Amino acid sequence: MDLSTQYLGLNLKNPIVPSASPMSRTVGSVRLMEDYGASAVVLYSIFEEQIRHETKELYHHLTYNAESYAEATSYFPEAHEYHSGPDEYLNHIRKLKESVSIPVIGSINGVTDGGWVEYAKQIQQAGADALELNIYYIPTDPNMSSDDIEQTYLDIVKDVRNQVTIPVAVKLSPFFTSLSNVAKRLDNIGVNGLVLFNRFYQPDINLDTLSIEPGVVLSSSNSIRLPLRWVGILHKKVKADLAATTGVHTGEDVIKLIMAGANVTMMCSALLRHGPRKIREVLTEVQQWMVEHEYSSINDMRGSMSHQNVADPSSFERANYMKALQSYM
Amino acid sequence: MSTIEREMVNIDGNEAAAYVAHKTNEVIAIYPITPSSNMGEWCDQWSSEGRKNIWGTVPSVTEMQSEGGASGAVHGALQTGSLTTTFTASQGLLLMIPNMFKIAGELTSTVFHVSARSIAAQGLSIFGDHSDVMSTRSTGWAMLCSHNVQEVMDFALISQAATLEARVPFIHFFDGFRTSHEVMKIEELNDSDIEGMMNNEHITLHRLRGLTPNKPVMRGTAQNPDVYFQARETVNPYYDRCPEIVQKTMDKFASIVGRQYHLFDYFGAPDAERIIIIMGSGSESVHEAVEALMEKGEKIGVLKVRLFRPFSLKHFIDAIPATVKAISVLDRTKEPGGAGEPMYQDVITALHEYYTTSEVKFAKYPKVVGGRYGLSSKEFTPAMVKAVFDELSKEKPKNHFTIGINDDLGNTSLEYDPNFTTEKNDVIRSLFFGLGADGTVGANKNSIKIIGEETSFFGQGYFVYDSKKSGSTTVSHLRFGPRQIRSTYLITKANFVACHQWQFLEKFDMLSSIVEGGTFLLNSPFPKERVWANLPMKVQEQIIAKKLNFYVIDGNAVAVKTGMGNRVNTIMQTCFFAISGVLPREQAIEAIKTSIKKTYGKKGEDIVKMNYAAVDGTIENLFKVDYPNELTSTIQLPPVVSAKAPEFVQSVTAKMIAGHGDSIPVSMLPVDGTYPVGTTMWEKRNIASEIPVWDSEWCIQCGKCALVCPHATIRIKVYDNELVKDAPETFKHTLYKGNDYKGQAYTIQIAPEDCTGCGICVEVCPAKNKKETKYKALNMAPQPALRDAERTNWDYFLTLPEADRRTVDVKTIKGSQLLQPLFEFSGACTGCGETPYVKLVSQLFGDRTIVANATGCSSIYGGNLPTTPWTTNNDGRGPAWSNSLFEDNAEFGFGFRLSLDKQTEYARELLIKLLPQLNETLVNEILTCAQSTETEIYDQRERVKHLKAALAPQTSPEAKQLVQLADALVKKSVWIMGGDGWAYDIGFGGLDHVIASGRNVNILVLDTEVYSNTGGQMSKATPRGAVAKFAAGGKPAGKKDLGLIAMSYANTYVAQIAMGANDLQTVKAIIEAEAFDGPSIIIAYSHCIAHGINMRLGMNAQKLAVDSGYWPLYRYNPSLMKEGKNPFQLDSKPPKVKFEEFAYNEIRYKMLTKMDPEKAKRLLREAQEDVQKKWRYYEQLAAMNFSTPQSAVTGH
Repeated sequence: MDLSTQYLGLNLKNPIVPSASPMSRTVGSVRLMEDYGASAVVLYSIFEEQIRHETKELYHHLTYNAESYAEATSYFPEAHEYHSGPDEYLNHIRKLKESVSIPVIGSINGVTDGGWVEYAKQIQQAGADALELNIYYIPTDPNMSSDDIEQTYLDIVKDVRNQVTIPVAVKLSPFFTSLSNVAKRLDNIGVNGLVLFNRFYQPDINLDTLSIEPGVVLSSSNSIRLPLRWVGILHKKVKADLAATTGVHTGEDVIKLIMAGANVTMMCSALLRHGPRKIREVLTEVQQWMVEHEYSSINDMRGSMSHQNVADPSSFERANYMKALQSYM
Repeated sequence: MSTIEREMVNIDGNEAAAYVAHKTNEVIAIYPITPSSNMGEWCDQWSSEGRKNIWGTVPSVTEMQSEGGASGAVHGALQTGSLTTTFTASQGLLLMIPNMFKIAGELTSTVFHVSARSIAAQGLSIFGDHSDVMSTRSTGWAMLCSHNVQEVMDFALISQAATLEARVPFIHFFDGFRTSHEVMKIEELNDSDIEGMMNNEHITLHRLRGLTPNKPVMRGTAQNPDVYFQARETVNPYYDRCPEIVQKTMDKFASIVGRQYHLFDYFGAPDAERIIIIMGSGSESVHEAVEALMEKGEKIGVLKVRLFRPFSLKHFIDAIPATVKAISVLDRTKEPGGAGEPMYQDVITALHEYYTTSEVKFAKYPKVVGGRYGLSSKEFTPAMVKAVFDELSKEKPKNHFTIGINDDLGNTSLEYDPNFTTEKNDVIRSLFFGLGADGTVGANKNSIKIIGEETSFFGQGYFVYDSKKSGSTTVSHLRFGPRQIRSTYLITKANFVACHQWQFLEKFDMLSSIVEGGTFLLNSPFPKERVWANLPMKVQEQIIAKKLNFYVIDGNAVAVKTGMGNRVNTIMQTCFFAISGVLPREQAIEAIKTSIKKTYGKKGEDIVKMNYAAVDGTIENLFKVDYPNELTSTIQLPPVVSAKAPEFVQSVTAKMIAGHGDSIPVSMLPVDGTYPVGTTMWEKRNIASEIPVWDSEWCIQCGKCALVCPHATIRIKVYDNELVKDAPETFKHTLYKGNDYKGQAYTIQIAPEDCTGCGICVEVCPAKNKKETKYKALNMAPQPALRDAERTNWDYFLTLPEADRRTVDVKTIKGSQLLQPLFEFSGACTGCGETPYVKLVSQLFGDRTIVANATGCSSIYGGNLPTTPWTTNNDGRGPAWSNSLFEDNAEFGFGFRLSLDKQTEYARELLIKLLPQLNETLVNEILTCAQSTETEIYDQRERVKHLKAALAPQTSPEAKQLVQLADALVKKSVWIMGGDGWAYDIGFGGLDHVIASGRNVNILVLDTEVYSNTGGQMSKATPRGAVAKFAAGGKPAGKKDLGLIAMSYANTYVAQIAMGANDLQTVKAIIEAEAFDGPSIIIAYSHCIAHGINMRLGMNAQKLAVDSGYWPLYRYNPSLMKEGKNPFQLDSKPPKVKFEEFAYNEIRYKMLTKMDPEKAKRLLREAQEDVQKKWRYYEQLAAMNFSTPQSAVTGH
């Protein structure tokens, strides 16, 4: 049975790739995921915003109230050197490349238009096999048009694409007026993969403290329907590979997404909930299903149920309950 | 001479000394004390970076628990043959004296580098003079004095080489601050120079003298009358040889490096008739004055004393021109009651011996007078030097004079003409007025480096800091010129003045120091078109009169735009270079950018870019102002203090506040260091940009805001509702919520001009505006718009009656905050974590408290002039406060207790004796009444009042005695306060003894987990994994459990508290501690700027410390044991967040993840284990059964 697949020009032994999560923070846990069958790993995101914040925070506190008072012209020892910026992340990539044999995909998460190229180059230099750009932006300014937002995405991706040679994937938000159009324009820039979709922190209200508490809710299998639709729609409409993420908990989830057109399926919530061994379970389920249903290759299965290949493409498009329209001709 | 090129560096004296000390030693034992702390810090930093000495090994640097400890460790290391040194000053040096006698008696080679500082007498001073080193004259140490930063580096090496040959230990000293902190361009000695000076044979001999079991000897015997005396005389040949050895070493130094020094260096006319003999940085001023006066034909000179001990008669006499007729010996110290100051006496002795033993070279025995100058870094200028020379011209010059002050009491002072100047026109003299927070000093240090590196100019930077820790101002004095700068005094004739903060225009008369045609740079919120109209009248007047070139920039706008926040340093620095013309503009900008890269590069590219943006954004916003030739302003400078202030405040304190303290004559100052309390209330500092505004509609009247306020600027009163009739229009009030004062009015009032704007009150306020949750019952709002109205409201609020203490439920937060704080408006940092505890003690017991305060932050914000935060209530009662030393505070407070108890005992004895003449009921009540509640104390005060009235007409000696002592019959509360440096380290021995004594004292440890006052050095309270100075790689060992140690006596009330985590437990613990009839110790978690936190969220940091289990809250009350109960009660819940969550909220932990990620992870893991272990241990303590088993009672 051939579980192998291709993603971002990488030959992977199977379609299960752990997505960016705290699970990849230590070499040990990545190694464990590899042992349980992960075919590649997307590292936790380097948060451009956080790095900037931490750098400025350190600078602020090291200089706060310094040179103000004769007895204490500073409050901290002067460090010989700081591992500021993404140093720790880059070292992690280097160590992983020495410790695991699966491809390592770096990930950058950011909000501004600065820092991307710089970090992308450093990640490439550190030895990452590919790069995932996780651009998120919550447009609260009513004066900002969808064009403005889309252009920001395209500019960032173009900059990075032109500056690195490793494959680049873009993790997208589902909240675009015309996702297909955005995907197409990214595709035209030369993006190697689209990751569908980003799972955002959502706000909640704490009624005791009357404060907003952002948090993330782990997904369930039901969550695959959103990526399923868009993987299906985009399959063969873009040259870029498609990664489906959100809601991958079972072998059936994997198979559905592959059939819709995904090159790989990415797991996060299930791994956080059950640990890395879940990868092996899901892989076993995939294999069993393929045996039972007489499929011999993942590649044969891919896109068999995509928008382009299904008998009734409108089923991908249906947004509300409507009795299926029967053909009258 | 060495062929390797030497680098020119721009460094201060401390760095220069540390540089050589680190290169030429193997063991360094240190302890922080101003102004020498930086020397230890440099060495610790270099060793932690792996920098090696000239022999290729990294010196071992170890912090000790006190200077006594450091000198002991040095003694031990020397005795086992290592090259060893230490650094200290002032009281620290005094603590080393016992070991210094030993080290010298044993003829041991070492150098102690001392940044000489005043000794605490009538008051403490951190500033420079020779009081400390002069106190060590009898120890037998050689004393070599450096007069400027270059000499510090040179003499550090010369003394190190000389001590190894002479076997006499050396104090190498230089003036605290003036030299230790002055930045100068100097030539750095290279390794080849140092190697050339160090004699390996001498080092070998030093090692061979070390103790070793392979060849054991005994050193340190006890000697009897038969031999001690003779043995003491055995060292004489070594002292006889020492001066020649030093001169020989200086000659060798000259042959290698090129600079020739002598034991006594003379500068001046070869045929001088009048000379000044002086030692230290003051000699530079004299040198400058002599040079200028010689040009006018005066026959004068200066003899610079370098080797003060051993005092070489021969070299001294040889150095003085034979033509000299009159000598003035200037000492930078005071020896009250002496025949004269030390150097004066030496000169007199030397001349006398010379006259009695040699062929005399002088035509006539010179007149010799002595004078004092420069105590505590008092200015010493060429104008003063001229006055000294002028005095010497008189037939009978004044002896034992003072110069630089107005001594109208003893009439010792010489008058001088302050307008006399020797400043050369080719020297650029710049003054910068900045806020500590805006980075002005850092930028100026940078400018000195830039100019030093980019030009052949010599530079000098000296920085004057504030005595406050919040909203502090700095004045930078920078000189640049074509030759070595010897002006070791402040700039009074500046050709460039920069004002970095608009509000300073109302506070400082900065343009009085600018010369005609000078340049004035102002950071102005007003555009160039409107700036003139907004200037105070006096400033306009000076600009016109002096025809100044006037430039403005809205530096704050540029700072905000470029992400610099409130740091206008880079912007103002760019302006300076752009208009001062020190360097061509383009070259200057490039140099600033190079320097930014160098300074901030390792902190991250973002910081570099931000500063670059600030530089680039500056020039386009810098404008020259065309101003009219006439005054347009009507803005007058406000009075320094209110006209309502008491006389002393008006005549003395106000001068200090205004920066004119130098003009206060001797007669106006207290003779014994006793100052009035409650004077901070007159110093309206207006440093807050925003202050809290109370919204009574949503307030739940919990009192938390007032409790946490570090500066007692948010107050609460409950009062008769009728009184609001007279209130000012904007005065806010509402009805009291609760039954205890039902129907009364309730007000929370802010002192708008005293608030520092920290925002802690807003952060802890639990009441949200239910319509718009972004608002609370307290919200910050810009101060300027509120200032006038709130000032009126505050004044009115003060007229409202204080709560009757007898009716207040003090055990609640709400109740405790109705009590008047008797500690207010201190100079502590904005958002300080210590002062809320101090203030709470003052509220709960202030009217009967005596405070012994260890030196440190709390003694500085509590007792640093000009103003004092400890104050009184309307009855005139309040805390009496004193600071003895750093190391003896527990004993000092213990002394209070012994004294008060004795007085009480004696008063009771007298009372019994006088019973027949007094009302028996009154006497019995006085003797037997309880004094645990406010009512009981009030009643006892009333009884004592009656007693005094009854005793007044009586004439017996006993009655008269009792009148004096009767107040001792009212309970007094002794509080011993200080930081962790005192309690865990230097004062621990005393603290331990005091709690073991069982006497009734209350110890409050304000635990910031570092030596905060001296800049965050590690103490034994510093936690594992935290970065601190002297623990630059993260502290590897865990924190000492002081509470457990105290509990081991089982006689001490012990509590660990954290106000931000559980305020009620804090109040309870403090009340219980005070009520406990025996020793009590409270260890109070105090967040601090040295933790690297947002101080506004300080209370939140405390909560995280407790929630993580790092700082368990508990109370241990031995009284409970008598009831068969467990004395130990845990007041916090098991850890509910990880230690990491607490730790990585603070830069002190987090910075290690940036410096050494692997080590950070390991220490974090170990610290988490510490937390778990400690919690398990405490849980078991809390679970112990203290009830007496029934079988034990019945015997079954």
